[in-house]
Amino acid sequence: MRTVLVILRKEFLQVFRNKGMLPIIFVAPLAQLLVLIHAADFEVRNVRLLVSDMDRSTASRALVERFNASDRFQVNYTLQGFDAGMHALDAGATDAFLRIPVHFEQDLGRTGSAPLMLDLNGVDGQYASLVLLYARQIIANEQVKVLQRMHPMANAPKPPVEVIARYWYNLRMNYKNLMVPGLLVVLVTLVGMFLSSMNIVREKEIGTIEQINVAPIKKWQFILGKLLPFWFISLFLLAAGLALGKWFFDIPIEGSLPLLFAFAAVYLWVMLGLGLFISTLSDTQQQSMFLSWFFLVIFILLSGLFTPIDNMPHWAQVITWFNPVSYFVDVVRLVLLKGSTFADIAGHFAAIAAFAVAVNAGAVLNYRKRA
Amino acid sequence: MTGGITIHAKGLTKRFGAFTAVNAIGLDVSAGEIFGFLGANGAGKTTAIKMFIGLLKPTEGEARVAGFDVYRQSEEVKKNIGYMGQRFSLYNDLSVMENIQFYGGMYGVPAAELKARTAALVDDLGLKDQLNTRLRSLPLGWKQKLAFSVAMIHEPKIIFLDEPTGGVDPVTRRQFWELIYAASAKGVTVFVTTHYMDEAEYCHRASIMVDGVMAACDTPAALKEQFKVKTMEEVFYQLARSAKRGD
Amino acid sequence: MKTFLAFIHKEFRHILRDRRTLLVLFGMPVLQIVLFGYAINTEVKEAKVAVLDHSRDERSTSLVNALFSAHWFRPVETLKSPADIDRVFKAGKAKMVVEIGPDFAQRFAEGRAQVALIADASDPNTAKIVTGYAAQMIAQWAGRFSNEHTVEVLPVQYRMHYNPEMKSVFLFVPGVITIILMLVSAMLTSISIAREKEFGTMELMLVSPLRPGMIVLGKAMPYLALSLLNTAFVLVVGLALFDVPMNGSYLLLTLEGLLFILTSLSLGLLFSTIAKTQQEALMLSLFVLMMPTILLSGFIFPTGSMPWVLRALSNIIPAKHFIIILRGIMLKGNGIAMLWPQTLVLVGMCAALLGVSIKKFNVRLQ
Repeated sequence: MRTVLVILRKEFLQVFRNKGMLPIIFVAPLAQLLVLIHAADFEVRNVRLLVSDMDRSTASRALVERFNASDRFQVNYTLQGFDAGMHALDAGATDAFLRIPVHFEQDLGRTGSAPLMLDLNGVDGQYASLVLLYARQIIANEQVKVLQRMHPMANAPKPPVEVIARYWYNLRMNYKNLMVPGLLVVLVTLVGMFLSSMNIVREKEIGTIEQINVAPIKKWQFILGKLLPFWFISLFLLAAGLALGKWFFDIPIEGSLPLLFAFAAVYLWVMLGLGLFISTLSDTQQQSMFLSWFFLVIFILLSGLFTPIDNMPHWAQVITWFNPVSYFVDVVRLVLLKGSTFADIAGHFAAIAAFAVAVNAGAVLNYRKRA
Repeated sequence: MTGGITIHAKGLTKRFGAFTAVNAIGLDVSAGEIFGFLGANGAGKTTAIKMFIGLLKPTEGEARVAGFDVYRQSEEVKKNIGYMGQRFSLYNDLSVMENIQFYGGMYGVPAAELKARTAALVDDLGLKDQLNTRLRSLPLGWKQKLAFSVAMIHEPKIIFLDEPTGGVDPVTRRQFWELIYAASAKGVTVFVTTHYMDEAEYCHRASIMVDGVMAACDTPAALKEQFKVKTMEEVFYQLARSAKRGD
Repeated sequence: MKTFLAFIHKEFRHILRDRRTLLVLFGMPVLQIVLFGYAINTEVKEAKVAVLDHSRDERSTSLVNALFSAHWFRPVETLKSPADIDRVFKAGKAKMVVEIGPDFAQRFAEGRAQVALIADASDPNTAKIVTGYAAQMIAQWAGRFSNEHTVEVLPVQYRMHYNPEMKSVFLFVPGVITIILMLVSAMLTSISIAREKEFGTMELMLVSPLRPGMIVLGKAMPYLALSLLNTAFVLVVGLALFDVPMNGSYLLLTLEGLLFILTSLSLGLLFSTIAKTQQEALMLSLFVLMMPTILLSGFIFPTGSMPWVLRALSNIIPAKHFIIILRGIMLKGNGIAMLWPQTLVLVGMCAALLGVSIKKFNVRLQ
């Protein structure tokens, strides 16, 4: 045990002595959490809508006024027609282009129906479909008004089934509740995995590994001594990030924090062990960095952080069963937002524990003291 | 020269694929002996050393270090030897004290004992005032001497030195050899590789490797007589001329 | 000139010898495109839905069957009591619970039936989309039993331009190219220079007869070549495997690519003057370069929806402008007439970064 402590002490000394690295390890990730979280959502706001109102009637103005009143749309007018709108779309000067044809009001009065034309920049499909959804909502609201004006006496027909939507765990539909814990997972994972993956290979590069290899220490002592410092650092980052999330964004903490940290502790064994495993495989820091990057990109893209796993095709879902990050992203959200208990996430626990054993056994076995 | 055999090798061979780096070398080194292991670059010195210290598994032949078999008991071997490699092996971002504590701890030197040895060590090296200085700001000569002392921190019976004086000025080299003599006087076996031929004169016995084979092994005086020359340098030239490998 | 060529040769050998890094460098973009093309899906499909039906009559069964008839929803469990709702959500087994009140058939006939859609809104977007779909399907289902014909008053005819099938891979290919270029040109360069510093070989090069500017150029050349090769590779994979359109000019694409690579290289150079070790260079590039680039460039999250501070901030990120250019050329077939503002911004950034980094590099020599 003393050997492990000796290695541990040395690693900590090296980390805390490196004045260039300290802010990068401790400040950068947390600062990113605070700033970049505002960028990380799929909410649609400030949509630039170019309107070509050919009718310029009371009815058309009322409709445009509805768009103006919504905080999702920023309305701009053009006096020219179709070509100008398409040009603006091409140039990326607008996100959507609404055309209200001539005789709009007249048609409404005569036939009870007047079509509108909407051209959208569909490069980002999801964004565009949300824009369309919100535009239709606004138009539907106006439609109710129009109907009321057209049939002032009659009662508007009531739908036979009343549908009530209730949103649990996140009443205000705050995207940050979802993204703060998720982004925190990514940041902690990035720091932990990169630090650990560059560690052993760094000693290989500067040549100190030989001196350690001729010392009579056990492989597991070495791996453990190397792993623990980053384990503490990562757990600290997680705690600090949660505190900041609570403080700045008031993210809910419904479940038990000890449960969350217990899971994080096991999870970090997996990721750090993987980092060390990569480190034992590599000859240079550059190599280990690229290998880690490779794994992290797959892990993070398939973690369900940005897009739900349920949306993925079946084969991709099968891959996520072997993705430790997806388990942690899931657990963080379950415990923080819904207050899930140990019984709820027992399966996650079992899986991550199995990974931890496998990965660390791999790291110990693959670390060769002699060629 | 006292005591029994501490390093023994017979027919020790290491092959990397078709390339035979070390070809059936045999040697016996006694306790307290300073054994010089000479050879041109690429002659197989480092490969041989790495087999003795348990960093490389031999392909065939036998070798025992401190009485332990290098095949099956490499961890036991490690407890009884010290090693200082070609590359500087201490941490530049740690202080003198911290480096000593780290390696002392790795060898399981008890804390109280380590404290006493640290004090004696810095006294010997005249590093008392630099105890908390980071290695980065120490001159290379001092760092090399410190590396030697750190490799001896667990008081091993045998120390392996792989070109320990590379890139060091003559004065420091002289001081370094004083450290080697002091260790030898205490009964520590010193196994040292070098390509400074003047250093070969300091050894009790010297062997010369040519193309993975031990071409000669005797006391410097006997070697000079055998080849009818005045210096070890000339001995070396005569042997190394026939070499095919090296760069 | 001869020494310079020898130097470039050495740099190339360094890179080409490291098979593992090369494999990652070329394997990763393909993998990313495959993931973005097939796996990363923003469209909600087969969402897990549980049912809590208090009526269990003909009408309610018909409604439930209607809900699961399309591929939007997948039934996971039939709940017995309202207490179960919390349980399935907490175990992450369902995204939405459809709760149908008692006496559904009778109330339906009276026109006062109620259905509650309870969504797990920990992911608000999914919650919104799932309840939206469900509400729409319920309305359609109910429509089957009514004989009133309604005319839509304000029908909307819409067209999705540039990407009518709304394939996310069209969106992501330009993004992946950008990120890879950033990775190779900026991150790899800064780390490789930091590596030479760490090993002390940088000094060796600086005392050589080569002028500092040549050294920088020599270091940058292989990465420039690698970046171009990588871009072509990603492009080919995207075009061949996923039918990503290429509506614009290849020449313009190459020129703009070179401009962006040069900008990234100067960024990498700048970082290398700050970092002393490879680790520092990596972490610095990762947190100051990669993360902001990924999140603020519009690669994944649309910049338009961000708060104004971040929108302003995103403008100083070269990748944002380059992504606009790439999407413009590839998807919209834009020419320079459309893209000159972004190009101008990149040229400005490139000049400024190159100037600062060469100046900093020279200062270090004294």
